[in-house]
Amino acid sequence: MNWSHFFTSSVGKKIIMACSGLFLIAFLLVHAGLNACIWAFDGGEMFNKAGHFMGSTVVMRILEIGLFVFFIIHIVQGVVMELQNRSKRGSKGYAVALGNRGSKWYSRSMAILGLLILLFLIVHLGHFWIPNRSNQGWLLGEEINLFEKMKEVFSNPVWVILYTVGVIALFYHLSHGFQSAFRTLGLTNHKYINIIQTVGLVYNVVICLAFIMMPISFYFGWVQ
Amino acid sequence: MEHYNMNLTLKVWKQKNSQSAGRFETYQVKDVSSEMSFLEMFDVLNEQLIHEGKEPIAFDHDCREGICGTCSMYINGRPHGPWHGTTTCQLHMRAFKDGDTIVVEPWRAKAFPVIKDLMVDRSAFDRIIQAGGYISVNTGVTIDGNAIPVNRDNAEKSFAAAACIGCGACVAACKNSSAMLFLSAKVSHLALLPQGEIERKKRALDMVAQMDKEGFGSCTNTGACEAVCPKEIEITNIARLNREYLSAGLSADK
Repeated sequence: MNWSHFFTSSVGKKIIMACSGLFLIAFLLVHAGLNACIWAFDGGEMFNKAGHFMGSTVVMRILEIGLFVFFIIHIVQGVVMELQNRSKRGSKGYAVALGNRGSKWYSRSMAILGLLILLFLIVHLGHFWIPNRSNQGWLLGEEINLFEKMKEVFSNPVWVILYTVGVIALFYHLSHGFQSAFRTLGLTNHKYINIIQTVGLVYNVVICLAFIMMPISFYFGWVQ
Repeated sequence: MEHYNMNLTLKVWKQKNSQSAGRFETYQVKDVSSEMSFLEMFDVLNEQLIHEGKEPIAFDHDCREGICGTCSMYINGRPHGPWHGTTTCQLHMRAFKDGDTIVVEPWRAKAFPVIKDLMVDRSAFDRIIQAGGYISVNTGVTIDGNAIPVNRDNAEKSFAAAACIGCGACVAACKNSSAMLFLSAKVSHLALLPQGEIERKKRALDMVAQMDKEGFGSCTNTGACEAVCPKEIEITNIARLNREYLSAGLSADK
C-alpha cells in the first residue's frame, strides 16, 4: 500500500479530516487564550501586545500559512467527502427517513454546520485579519489597533448576533467532531470513550462560551 | 400479551427489475394476527395476491430465526422495523396496531442494487469477505481446538463481532451508505484471535480497498448503524478497524 492509496481510501480520507480537525481544535485553544487578554481590563494593552506577537513575528506568520493550509484541507476534503457520500445512496432515497432514531441531527449535518462556520469565518477575516494585514502591506508592517477595531465592530448588534450564531454552529460542529476525530484515529474503546467525551464537552463549552462572551463584553461595555 | 387481529394498509415498493423505475403499491391486509411474524404477514398477503391473479411481492428470506442475514426490508423508515436488536423475520405483528399504515422499502444503496421489489443484491458483502475474511491453516491432521491459547476477553469481543450476519442494515441506515460496521465486525472478529494474526495487516488494507471498490461511502461516526443493527454490533469495532488500518498502512513496507 503506497502513501497515495493510504490517504485516499475511505478510511484514509477520514484520517486527514480527523488530523486537520484536531489541528484546528488546537488552534482554537490558542485563539481563545490570546483573545481572553481583552479581559485584562487594561484598555486593550495586553491584548494588543499579544496580537502584535501573533501578527508581527516571522515565526508566527510562517505558522499562519500552515494554519491556512489546514483550514483549506479540512474544508475542501469535507465538502468533497460529503458530496461523494451523498452520491452513494443511489438515485432513490427513502420515503420514510430514519431521522433522529439512530443518530444526532448535528452528527448528520457536519457539512452544513461546517459551511455555516466557513461563511462566518469569511465575515470574521473581513473584520479583522484582512484590514490588519493590508495595513501591514501583507508583510511585517504597522498593525492596526485591534482592540479598538473589536470595539467598533461589536458596537453593531448585527455583528454580535452573527458572531453568536457562528459560535453556536461551531459548538454543534465540535460536539460531533471532537469525539469523531478520536474514533477515526482508532483511539476509542470502552476505556477511553468516557474520557474523550468528557474532555470534548468541557473543551467545547469553555471555548464556545469564551468566544461568545467577547462580542457581548464589548457590546455591553464590560470591556472598555 | 393478549392476542388480537388487525387490519393494515401496506405501502410496498414494487420494482420489476434492476433497470425499471419502480413505485409504491398500496395493499389492504385484513385480519392479521398479532402472533404472526412480519414475514408471515407477507406470506398471507402474497397468497391473497396469487388468488387474485396478481404478482406476489418478492422479498428475501431463509432461516426465519434471525441468524442467516437474508431478510432485509426497511420498515417505516428503520431497517428491520421498530424493534431493537431484531431481524425482520423475528419482528412480530404485535409491534403494530389496528389501522396502521406500514411503509416497506428495500435497502437503498448504490452498492446494493434492487433485483426485484424488496430484494437487493448484497453480493458486494461476499466480495469484501473474499478480499480478506479468511485465515491460513495447515492441512493434514486436525489440530486440537484448544491447542492455541486465546485470551478470554478477546474471545468474547471476537465472538460478539462474529455475531454479524451481514444483512446490510448498517448500510441501509447510514446516511453515507457506509459498510464500515459490517467491515469492522469482520476484521475485528479475526484480528482479535491468534488465528487471524497471519493475514492481519493485509486483511485490514485489502478489505477496506474492496469496500471502496464496491461503492460504499465513508464512515462519519453518526452511530445510526449501531442503533439499527439486529445483532447489536458495537460501533467501537469501527475504531478498532481504523486502528488496524492505521497500523497496517503505516508499517507496511511497500
